[in-house]
Amino acid sequence: MIHVEKLTKYYGDLCAVDAIDLDIRKGEILGLLGPNGAGKTTTLRMITGYLEPTSGSIRIKEHDTAEDMLEIKKLIGYLPESAPLYHGMLVYDYLDYVAKVRGLEKEEKESRIRSMAELCGLSGIMHKTVGELSKGLKQRVGLAHAMIDDPEILVLDEPTSGLDPNQIVEIRDIIRAIGREKTIILSTHILSEAEATCDRIVIIDKGKIVADGSTEMLKMGAGQEKTVSLVLVGAGFDEARQKLETIRGVSRIDCEEPHHEGELRLLLTVAGPDDPRPSLYHTIRETDWTLLEFRQEGKSLETIFRELTQED
Amino acid sequence: MAQALHIFSKELKDYFVSPIAYIVICIFLLITGWFFFATFFLMDQANLRSFFSMLPLIFPFVIPAVTMRLFSEELNIGSYEMLMTLPVSLRDVIVGKFLASVAFVAIMLVPTLSYAVWISFMGDLDWGPVVGGYLGAILLGSAYGAVGIFASATTRNQIIAFIVGMVICFTLTLIDKMLFFFPNAILPLIHYLGAGFHFENISRGIVDTRDIIYFLSTIFVALYGAHLVMQEKR
Repeated sequence: MIHVEKLTKYYGDLCAVDAIDLDIRKGEILGLLGPNGAGKTTTLRMITGYLEPTSGSIRIKEHDTAEDMLEIKKLIGYLPESAPLYHGMLVYDYLDYVAKVRGLEKEEKESRIRSMAELCGLSGIMHKTVGELSKGLKQRVGLAHAMIDDPEILVLDEPTSGLDPNQIVEIRDIIRAIGREKTIILSTHILSEAEATCDRIVIIDKGKIVADGSTEMLKMGAGQEKTVSLVLVGAGFDEARQKLETIRGVSRIDCEEPHHEGELRLLLTVAGPDDPRPSLYHTIRETDWTLLEFRQEGKSLETIFRELTQED
Repeated sequence: MAQALHIFSKELKDYFVSPIAYIVICIFLLITGWFFFATFFLMDQANLRSFFSMLPLIFPFVIPAVTMRLFSEELNIGSYEMLMTLPVSLRDVIVGKFLASVAFVAIMLVPTLSYAVWISFMGDLDWGPVVGGYLGAILLGSAYGAVGIFASATTRNQIIAFIVGMVICFTLTLIDKMLFFFPNAILPLIHYLGAGFHFENISRGIVDTRDIIYFLSTIFVALYGAHLVMQEKR
């Protein structure tokens, strides 16, 4: 669907995007992740035709951005960061204008505006000026703007930034609802969001792709290392370590700061293919310790993200 | 081209939804009306010549005020990004905005038609120079509108856009009145560059192709300049 090759963008001497290769299949929800200034927005702006690449090429379906930008713009609905809309216009007038520019005819236009208003929850505010809307509502008008003529590809730049938790959930639901039949690229720096909405995650840092894959793959790729955390009452650290260290699969035991007095928080690092949990359970049952918590964790996306994007 | 028309109608509607249009039109009518009728009865001549001769001096203030927001505002609030990612070409955007400013100038001039009607009752009005005058006014307004759009494309600050536009338009008006500052060799060129000189020709009722070409090429150069400036931002 979208084929990006050696995409590079320089702002003067500053290299914002550095030879990115990316293939996006039809129907995929792709999350573009990265710290601030990593080149997410620049990449999206080049795909949507707002910026021209310094070098490299973008092909969308059979069109090339260098030759056929107008056709590509017809395929893409784009919501820029923080939805910069015309402040003076009424919501209805704005959607009407966008629909006209996108070439919708009279009756189709009315029905699309109505269904977008319903999908994005704008029915009650069609007669208000955009300038007096809250940020969340503006974002929803922006979404309606992007989807007005039912484009095949949606590009959303930080669709939930600056919204409160309720609004985030609302926007996320809308994205998931439309994501069933559309190709969506969204950028974010909120990891839980990427994990919750995206099929595939691409992490970029300093203009380069540092990781690419599904959430599971990324977690797996970060190594087999897992951790088991335990909270015990009535046990001393040395005693516990002596008992648990011998179990197959446990490679290290660390003690964490207790939350309450009297409890012992242990963090066991697990290496190798063996699952130590059954033996851990049996060993603990034989003692008179009380087990409060027993939990295995894979590496979180947060850890992976930090490892990949932090300066050494 | 259909896109250019949608942009045109949106921009024109924007003028009249906000108070800008009414303020600018009122100021324009007050100033021209005052200066025109202050001397009209003294001159005791049934023509609109002194009205038209004011326009090259008033347009440089009025028209950049109308065009200053066309690109600056979009750049400032960021809506330019949304506009340019719609299926429109930059050429359509510029043409649409330019046509909106031309339409605005035309609408602003409509109330002054009543001067002509009144005067035709008072004396024997020669309609030739009146028609020429309005044609010249539209051409002059369009050329200054194009210059204003160019100025607006260069900056995201509307006030700077206004001042830059005003300075360029004012220079075009006055340059052929300051010929004694220039060396002899380039005098004909400078004289040709002055908008005032071409406007006077047309407003006397002499519609010469050279004058029309002058205005059309000014419009083209200014809009092309705006195109280059906006293209450079990509």
